[in-house]
Amino acid sequence: MTHGVATGHARPQSFLRRHVFSVDHKVIGRQYLDLALVAVVTGMVLSWIMRFHLGWPETPVPGLGKLAPTGAAGGVITPEFYLALMTMHGTIMVFFVLTTAPFAGFGNFFLPIHVGAEDMAFPRINMTSFWVTLLALLVLLSAFFVGDGPPLSGWTAYAPLSAVGKDAGPGQGVGQTLWAVSIAIFCIAQLLGSLNFIATTLDLRTRGMSLARLPFATWAWFITSVIGLVAFAVLMPACILLILDRVAGTSFFIPAGLVISDRLQPHAGGSPLLWQHLFWFFGHPEVYIAILPGFGIVSQILPVFARKPLLGPRVFITCLIAIAFLSYTVWGHHMFLSGMNPLSATLFSVPTLVITIPATIITLLWIGTLYGGRLRFTSASLFALGFVSVFVSGGISGFFLAQPSTDIYLHGTYFVVAHFHFVMGVAAMFGIFAGTYFWFPKMFGRMMNETLGKWHFWLTFIGVYCVFMPMHYLGLAGNVRRYSAFTDDYLQPLIPLHRFITVAALFTGAVQLIFLFNLIRSRVRGPKAPDNPWEATTLEWSTSSPPPHDNFGGRQPVVSHGPNEYGGAGPRDYVMQADPQ
Amino acid sequence: MGRLFAVVVSVIALVSAAIFAFHVWWLPPDISTHGVRIDRQMNETMVVAGALFVLGQLALAVFVWRFSASETRAVKSFPGGPTPLVVLATVLVGIEILVLTFVGSKVWADVYQTPPAPGSLQVEVLGEQFAFYFRYAGADGKFGAMHPELMSDATENFFGLDPANDTTARDDIVVGSLVIPVNQPVELRMHAKDVNHSFYVPELRIQQDFVPGLVIPLHFTATTPGKYELVCTQLCGLGHYNMRAFVEVKPRADFDQWLKEKAAAL
Amino acid sequence: MSTAVLPPSTNVPAAPVVATGGGPRPSVAQTGVWIGIATISMSFAALTSALVVRQSSAPDWQHFPLPPLLYLNTLVLLLSSVTLEQSRRREAIATLNATLVLGLLFVLGQVLAWRQLGAQHLLLATGPRSAFFYLFTALHALHVLGGLGGLLYVQRRLAGAALAPATFKAAAVYWHFMAVLWLYLLTLLTIRG
Repeated sequence: MTHGVATGHARPQSFLRRHVFSVDHKVIGRQYLDLALVAVVTGMVLSWIMRFHLGWPETPVPGLGKLAPTGAAGGVITPEFYLALMTMHGTIMVFFVLTTAPFAGFGNFFLPIHVGAEDMAFPRINMTSFWVTLLALLVLLSAFFVGDGPPLSGWTAYAPLSAVGKDAGPGQGVGQTLWAVSIAIFCIAQLLGSLNFIATTLDLRTRGMSLARLPFATWAWFITSVIGLVAFAVLMPACILLILDRVAGTSFFIPAGLVISDRLQPHAGGSPLLWQHLFWFFGHPEVYIAILPGFGIVSQILPVFARKPLLGPRVFITCLIAIAFLSYTVWGHHMFLSGMNPLSATLFSVPTLVITIPATIITLLWIGTLYGGRLRFTSASLFALGFVSVFVSGGISGFFLAQPSTDIYLHGTYFVVAHFHFVMGVAAMFGIFAGTYFWFPKMFGRMMNETLGKWHFWLTFIGVYCVFMPMHYLGLAGNVRRYSAFTDDYLQPLIPLHRFITVAALFTGAVQLIFLFNLIRSRVRGPKAPDNPWEATTLEWSTSSPPPHDNFGGRQPVVSHGPNEYGGAGPRDYVMQADPQ
Repeated sequence: MGRLFAVVVSVIALVSAAIFAFHVWWLPPDISTHGVRIDRQMNETMVVAGALFVLGQLALAVFVWRFSASETRAVKSFPGGPTPLVVLATVLVGIEILVLTFVGSKVWADVYQTPPAPGSLQVEVLGEQFAFYFRYAGADGKFGAMHPELMSDATENFFGLDPANDTTARDDIVVGSLVIPVNQPVELRMHAKDVNHSFYVPELRIQQDFVPGLVIPLHFTATTPGKYELVCTQLCGLGHYNMRAFVEVKPRADFDQWLKEKAAAL
Repeated sequence: MSTAVLPPSTNVPAAPVVATGGGPRPSVAQTGVWIGIATISMSFAALTSALVVRQSSAPDWQHFPLPPLLYLNTLVLLLSSVTLEQSRRREAIATLNATLVLGLLFVLGQVLAWRQLGAQHLLLATGPRSAFFYLFTALHALHVLGGLGGLLYVQRRLAGAALAPATFKAAAVYWHFMAVLWLYLLTLLTIRG
């Protein structure tokens, strides 16, 4: 292990170098968070339009007719426009929010500080990875402005629908190609990011910072970046193959004899299942990439506000590693009914169920951490506690989908939509909220407003349960997903429940304005934050709020303690990592 | 604040669980021979999942209520440390996984890994943007070959048959509903004309994707006459929401009559 | 490097600070290169499995002999690894230049091989085997070009006598990996003929 060493970039002077093209990991982290904020607002607005349409399909959406004259003439959206919104919603949320904010955003800001370094191992590559991510987002969003609009094949882009080109329908022309190009670019950015996270964690830890003393969030970011390294390395070639099928006349995914729009397609020999295997080999680890940083953030926050150590820290780390390993063995559970060999369904379901074990252990460790503690309720801790609740909800529905026999009925229904929204759209978001409330004082040197934060929590917590718990019931009734309208007879009795969900979704979305308002107001007028407002132990709380350019003011910290020393007797009930022996 | 959290979490957990338990929204009655075992698996999973859900949320609620800040109390660590929890999770979840997998794999195999019964009624299904079509072999018991270049919705040659040159195709019956006799094993062979589709009949407890380039077999037996909706569950384009057909399960005599009428009309 | 005035509230005990004058530290470069190799290997592994699946999914795998030029290109690439090692051990610019030239020759040779195949009407979309041929060789050549970029950086610093040995080693590891990867791809394309 090496001692803290300067990565040696002097404090920049010009505005551009300080705030725009900066190699400082703190600036880059904030840039990622800003990008994710723009993305999440976009993704959420798309979902509002979708939900409104599902509840009231004939009613015009105010103002939409002007914005989208083809897709929503007179404000009533067409089926293809609905699917395009759905595709962009999923793609933006999964890639540009859930893979960006908790990992590239907070991770970039805090990982170097957590290990006691001045910056990431490769600062210029770090800057490049942000700008490449932004490029990917711009390419994706440009699909809204091309002739035929964005693709409608979902964020999963199954071939041959996504591979044959514009014969397959509106949005399947240039829009789909832009989608594939955007994701390929995103993969490159992610791989560069993983490179930095891993190299920094392995090589730039300061004196005394052994791997065992790494903060839990850092462990989570480190393991996430290893998962990402393998996952994105597979998605990128998959996107290249898809692009080649679309523009170069190859047939990786397109078999012979397809008749689309009355035209016999000039392809032969390809396998649609090949796309699914490649995509889900990436896609399943991807959902762990989305949630693992949340695990780390919650494990970092709960001890602070329970005033006692995380229960079973080594067990926790072991479980994270186990989940990372297992995440590569389960991808076929997305494909039980895909036409692959039915025997492999049983084979895939076993590790899928086994992953429940480390996930359950981690949940019990969190709950056990609360036992005997002295809980303090702040916005940060409320969202961390809320995370535990929504993760339990989301994880449990996985039991049904992990088994092929019950998946026969539930696949492709709203039960699946409920499951992944709970674990990704809610739990992972709660992790982001918790991280924001927790780290905002350190990042910006000002405190957020606690009253607003608590209102944000309560209304959001109740709101998300009202939005997503009913989706389980819809699924049990057989309500198929990805429908732009509910015209089937058996779906008619379910429409009132859909309307309830829509109202809850619009309400919960509106509540997020409280958070936005709090963010902006606190940046400008929040009270000044002390170094360590939460009385926490990890290295970021040993330096000023915000940290100086080189993180520790010219001195590399010496670490003598682990991150988990809370709950001591005496006037100060915690020991900071940089405190003397 | 802690007490509020505990109350809210508990209410949410109990209300949600109750809605599941009382089947306020639930699966429609099963009309298949294999479905009873799927429903049993579903119910068992619901009991296990429900118990874990309620216990997990209540544990969280109880601990948050109980251990809200009291600045004078010393913190205590969980008795036994992490070990009891690790053991509990591993044993409890592990046993449940074993049981569910052992039983569930048989339920699954029953549907997807067993050959169709001899004497099954064979029906070919075509999934296309955005409709299902069904083909019966007719008197000769043979299906004519499918030619993609001849497929045309305009001339209603959905399966791309060539009756002029292919004698086996001449008596094939092509319809827009899946009409089957009750209590008769049915074997479907599923073809995709253009993109992925999926075959889903909730009452039949059956679902299977259509994959372009593959012919996928699916078999079941329906036990109750009636008319049931068959819907597409694999995103296939803008008309996906509207891609629907009906499965008409008829008493044996009615089915035979129907088939005779269709053959005569050719 | 900043030893500016300490912000008043930082309570970090001091430790000796070692400066290396900028740029990634040597051991970091090594870690970085091995991570890069892992990533690239994973991508090519994914494409290998795509090839295997594609070959078995339809009977349209066209058999054609690989252009013999490929074997000459292979020798050129292997030779460039030899010259690179010579250069690294002796910190000699001449052999480093030779490596750069050989690397460039390799890429040009690959382009020539594509044109030879093209003249036989074996293009990207002609069939699955030609598609994978072009895909694999093009992706590999792209990564070789990246490696050449890295070697140019090494050359510039070597000329300025500011090159850490571990950085040179990291660049060399990457370059040798290009040769190993190429041997693997050649074998794959030959076996799956």
